[in-house]
Amino acid sequence: MDIATLVFSALYQFGDAFAFLVLSACGLAVIFGMMGVINLAHGEFIMCGAYVTAATVHAGLPLPLGILCGTLASACVGVLVELLVIRHLYERPLDTIVATWGLSLIATQGTLIMVGSTMAGVGTPFGSFQVGAYSYSIYRIVLFVAALAVLGALYALFNWTRFGVLARATIQVPHMAAALGVDTRLIYSLTFACGAGLAGLAGGLYAPTMTLVPTMGATFIMEAFVTVVIGGADVFLGTAPAGGILAIVKSGMTSWQGQLFGQIGLLIAVIIVVRVLPKGISGFVLRERT
Amino acid sequence: MTRSGLRGLRAAALTGTLVFASGAYAAENPIKLGVLEDQSGDFAAATIGKVHAIQLAAEEINKSGGIMGRPLELVTYDTQSDNTRYQEFMRRVLQRDKVDVVFAGFSSASREAYRPIVDQFNGFAFYNNQYEGGVCDGHMVVTGAVPEQQFSTLIPYMMQTYGKKVYTLAADYNFGQISAEWVRKIVKENGGEMAGEEFIPLGVSQFSQSIQNIQKAKPDFVVTLLVGTAQASYYEQAASANVNLPMASSVNVGQGYEHKRFKPPSLKDMYVTTNYIEEIDTPKSKEFYAKFKAKFPSEPYVNQEAENSYLAVYLYKQMVERAKSTNRDEIRKVIATGDVCMDAPEGKVCIDPKSQHMSHTIYLAKVGADHSISFPKIWEDIKPYWLGEAGCDLTKKDPMAQYTPSNPPPKP
Repeated sequence: MDIATLVFSALYQFGDAFAFLVLSACGLAVIFGMMGVINLAHGEFIMCGAYVTAATVHAGLPLPLGILCGTLASACVGVLVELLVIRHLYERPLDTIVATWGLSLIATQGTLIMVGSTMAGVGTPFGSFQVGAYSYSIYRIVLFVAALAVLGALYALFNWTRFGVLARATIQVPHMAAALGVDTRLIYSLTFACGAGLAGLAGGLYAPTMTLVPTMGATFIMEAFVTVVIGGADVFLGTAPAGGILAIVKSGMTSWQGQLFGQIGLLIAVIIVVRVLPKGISGFVLRERT
Repeated sequence: MTRSGLRGLRAAALTGTLVFASGAYAAENPIKLGVLEDQSGDFAAATIGKVHAIQLAAEEINKSGGIMGRPLELVTYDTQSDNTRYQEFMRRVLQRDKVDVVFAGFSSASREAYRPIVDQFNGFAFYNNQYEGGVCDGHMVVTGAVPEQQFSTLIPYMMQTYGKKVYTLAADYNFGQISAEWVRKIVKENGGEMAGEEFIPLGVSQFSQSIQNIQKAKPDFVVTLLVGTAQASYYEQAASANVNLPMASSVNVGQGYEHKRFKPPSLKDMYVTTNYIEEIDTPKSKEFYAKFKAKFPSEPYVNQEAENSYLAVYLYKQMVERAKSTNRDEIRKVIATGDVCMDAPEGKVCIDPKSQHMSHTIYLAKVGADHSISFPKIWEDIKPYWLGEAGCDLTKKDPMAQYTPSNPPPKP
């Protein structure tokens, strides 16, 4: 087997792991990393996005529009959840754990009761291509590109737009932002909705490749949390390098020794990073800058 | 309470004993059947149908007069795909609800979690699920198929049809590990070779690297022993990467109806040995399917475990009526006669007295490119012979243990 094939296959596997980590984590990076809300219902926002995407595709919409619907539906649910539950618990971070865990149980069981134990899949688009002895799914490349695009869009949103500046100000020093005339409640709502929408986007993007069941969110949540925890508070400077490091460890270990060791390697990497950099990668990067 | 009953009670009170009264009312006491199955969580898709099948059988039995005139009462708990729930609820049904028999369990991990409790409280349990085989326990009756029924038919067929290089992709817990050991053993016996093996932790849903490992090993076919809904994502991902290898399985299609859930052709050329699926085209099967759909019109699929659970209720009825008792020792004397048989939806089945497992008609189901099912081969009356041949004989000795090919029963 020639070197080019090996290099391509390693890159493809890295990109695949990176996309999964980053897309699962982005929404959580906003809600948990930035806002500090430990959202255990993150997986259920992903499930919501996936279900709405599949339902709209079954109803006849093309997949990209379906994914858009899934994203928007999750964002709307996010607004509702923020208004009804999260808003009252910003000062009580430990209580949000219980509240969001309860929400996730209600969402999983509610979906099981209302929609049934499974939903028919929509099928992966685009087919496959061949490099050397291996064939690959084109859609996986699309996922990698989507992960990069989401990271870019988040960077632009929080650094270059007025909303981004207000959101960062509100979350850093809420009283000061309020004193300067910022409607902090609205900003919190919108930021939470943004995080929920990103979770829905992840669900929509992965819906064609996965089995659609009420518990599907659980397969994302571990990866999402570890990526955000080692990434730290900054969405772009944290999630992107954290996703990169974990993807290298995970894809390397998996190709060497199989899935079990991929997971073990992932968790060991997390333990080491958290031990060495308690504030996460972004904490480390930002301290170096100042 | 009737007049004669009151008189009986008075007489009992006078003589200072209630034996007479309890004897007089035994005919109306229900027989209690505990049902512990996963109605939520990762396994729910495959197991909700089992609960429905038990409800269907119980309703039919109660309509036609119950068991020895006693109605059958179900005591049902949702075990949530969680092993500790099995342990909690098993204690509850045996100690508090005092059921006569328990029908319990999907995953082998959950079975091994509750089995010591059944043994400890001297209960009686039916495991109505295909599994990796080897449970030699007088407290258990197993109506599901075992590896000598599913693999010793499937693997040689696949090796003759497609070639001798085999790759196993299995769930990483007792079921997957022991089933993979069976595959290894049968492949070796038939002169084949293992191109590779990978064990996937439960709950994993991303398979890009595993797919590449399979392509690298270039097997002639892949044995998929993937369990739970998360792992079922493999088929979609393998199809979109154009792996295009035939697959063989003892659990897929027959449990999780993946051919209905995924868009064709992701399960093309999947071969499954199963003792029942709803596509089986015999009068008995059609009749069962029609009854099931009449009671549960929105049931997504009637799988092999639903049929195992359904026939198990009738088998239990037969055992109790022949033993004239719900006492386990009396029932086991009936099983020991070796002729506890019935005409099930799949065909004729019998309980093997040595292992308390069941003989099956094994259907080889092939999934086509449009996800339609055909049956290239049917094996009738395949016996669960391995435990008996290896030295498990429950009519003589009850070791309450699980054995595997590499850990057989001790020789006397």
